[in-house]
Amino acid sequence: MPNMSLNKVKIPEQEPNVRNKNFLEVALGYTEDMAKEEAQRCLNCKHRPCVAGCPVNVQIPDFIQLVAEGKFEEAYYKITETNSLPAICGRVCPQESQCEKLCVRAKKGESVGIGRLERFVADWYMANREVKPEKVKKLNKKVAVVGSGPAGLTCAGDLAKMGYDVTVFEAFHTPGGVLMYGIPEFRLPKALVQREIDNVRSLGVEIKTNMVIGKVLSIDELMEKEGFEAVFIGSGAGLPSFMGIEGENLNGVYSANEFLTRINLMKAYKFPEYDTPVKVGKNVAVVGGGNVAMDAARSAKRLGAENVYIVYRRSEAEMPARLEEIHHAREEGIIFKLLSNPTRILGTEDGWVKGIECIEMELGEPDASGRRRPVPKKGSEFVLDVETVIIAIGQTPNPLIVSTTEGLDSHKWGGIIADDETGATSKKGVFAGGDAVTGAATVILAMGAGKKAAKAIDEYLRNK
Amino acid sequence: MYKIVRKEVLNSAVKLMEIEAPYVARKAEPGQFIIFRIDENGERVPLTIADSDKEKGTVTIIFQEVGKTTKQLGTLEEGDCLLDFVGPLGKASHLEGYKKVAVIGGGLGTAIAYPQAKKLHKLGAEVHVITGFRNKDLIILEKEMAEVSDRLVIATDDGSNGNKGFVTDMLKKLIEEGNRYDLVIAIGPLIMMKMVSKLTKEYGIKTLVSMNPVMIDGTGMCGGCRLTVGGKTKFACVDGPDFDGHEVDFDEAMRRQMMYKNEEKRVLEAHECRMEGMKNA
Repeated sequence: MPNMSLNKVKIPEQEPNVRNKNFLEVALGYTEDMAKEEAQRCLNCKHRPCVAGCPVNVQIPDFIQLVAEGKFEEAYYKITETNSLPAICGRVCPQESQCEKLCVRAKKGESVGIGRLERFVADWYMANREVKPEKVKKLNKKVAVVGSGPAGLTCAGDLAKMGYDVTVFEAFHTPGGVLMYGIPEFRLPKALVQREIDNVRSLGVEIKTNMVIGKVLSIDELMEKEGFEAVFIGSGAGLPSFMGIEGENLNGVYSANEFLTRINLMKAYKFPEYDTPVKVGKNVAVVGGGNVAMDAARSAKRLGAENVYIVYRRSEAEMPARLEEIHHAREEGIIFKLLSNPTRILGTEDGWVKGIECIEMELGEPDASGRRRPVPKKGSEFVLDVETVIIAIGQTPNPLIVSTTEGLDSHKWGGIIADDETGATSKKGVFAGGDAVTGAATVILAMGAGKKAAKAIDEYLRNK
Repeated sequence: MYKIVRKEVLNSAVKLMEIEAPYVARKAEPGQFIIFRIDENGERVPLTIADSDKEKGTVTIIFQEVGKTTKQLGTLEEGDCLLDFVGPLGKASHLEGYKKVAVIGGGLGTAIAYPQAKKLHKLGAEVHVITGFRNKDLIILEKEMAEVSDRLVIATDDGSNGNKGFVTDMLKKLIEEGNRYDLVIAIGPLIMMKMVSKLTKEYGIKTLVSMNPVMIDGTGMCGGCRLTVGGKTKFACVDGPDFDGHEVDFDEAMRRQMMYKNEEKRVLEAHECRMEGMKNA
């Protein structure tokens, strides 16, 4: 008999006023009993709408059934048939716009907590079982993967399981890409990311850090001189966009990339134990409405800022951030200045930020994205007194690889042109996926692209 | 890990290290830079490449001990290793096609100006080198610069080497003597590059400067190194580090350089305290 409660079993969380002062994970995860109780809310529908909403088609009702029966290990194997990074996806996937959106239970009440259950299963497995890589027959063929974020790690892991010799090239000193430098500790613990990276390594994948492909070696050199028969490019969308308004180069203005990298990768929140500092100030304005903006705002709060504003030009309904992040940010005391658009950043005489001038907006006709276009209200300018401004309005792909690879076609905006199904690019033997192709998107979409590309690379090398 | 294979003390504050980094060495060109990190708790620091040897697979860096990280680096010895060493980053300098060039190095900037002078000399240009230091004890790379230049002028602020003045005074003198340069390269403190650029603008001589602002990744990801050039925002790491000196907003660059002054001081004091403690133990 299913559990007909309209609401998800609540997930234990740190109290908002405690957690906004530390970097420990916000959600604490289900216990075994909670997981079983929540799993029983699944109706095990025949037409399985949730599966279609998952970019990597996790067999959701099947794994949830196993959880309900207390078969957690089996549930883990069911998930990992199609998803190699469940502990990460369970935490950072926008479930409310994917699997959970299509859940039959969501028609009346809350959907089944698919993300929470996925996370539970992955955490349970990590805590209770040794990950043991299966022995595979080596094919003695080398494949290079550029970038060790979600796309690259997934592609590398899948190829290694098929028997390829995979080398991953990472520009930073630590593998993990956006999982390490972008998403904060309190949302995605780095020890957990490290475990997933270790798992990929245990499959025989070699990860070379400090290797900026396009500089130290070109894609052509990888294929012609270093003996790689195929290359997967998963170099992400690393180039921060700025607004182009007055005052953006004042001291105290950060790109969200810089602010978050200082904190997450360089551990500036432990300064001076770690050498890299970060300036936070008492009053902080974060410009943007996506997950990155929420991450930056919540990090600033944790670093001691008293007033942290999210400045977003549309209304909350249009915010691209996950609902849960918006909700968590509010709980932690982040102040939302919606329908407000920055017009300039004001500075002191010696060049430090002292405020941000914004103008009120109202929503007009829908634009190309289907969202109603914000239009400024004449004469409605106002100033927020802040010492720090963090610009989180998006990133575009880094031109480094495209500009150094002959015959690799890209869009005008910088994304590499690749086939949706295979990741094949205009250059023979070169595949691409993730944010480098789509522009800034989600972890799960990048993983999906890495997976498809691994399959396509295998086919390509078999027929070569 | 990246091994230090040679260490040399150039003056009381400036040291040279040759680092084993074969992949970087294979590609390194004058004007490009590397980023190093000493250990797990360390910061990422950019340094312009002073020299490289493709056969030996080594890259030479020259640094001044000014902050915590460079002081810590200075305590390492031959055989020790750096945890991270990434490069070559940034664009290589375009040095082809010039007939007569003045290469100016201010203080530590001399180390970065050296590979430029060397390359220009190799390309067959007439190279005049002007270097400037606070006093004669701080002079570095005199012999090396002499080998790659047709004329070498060394100036000191206090005149202790017998030639008192700033590099701008020396450059002005050379120009007034009738030297017609088709390019000036100025590398050193921001204020020096600003003054040289101001002077060469009067004479209408094309001038390249090398910018070395605060940065994290060095690949265009953080934007911390942004500066205004010709009214547009540029990233020193991917658009530079060389820029047209007549277009750079030096005042803004100087201001941005001060951003972490207090934090740098704090971390340096903590470091010196620890070093002192170790000495006394």
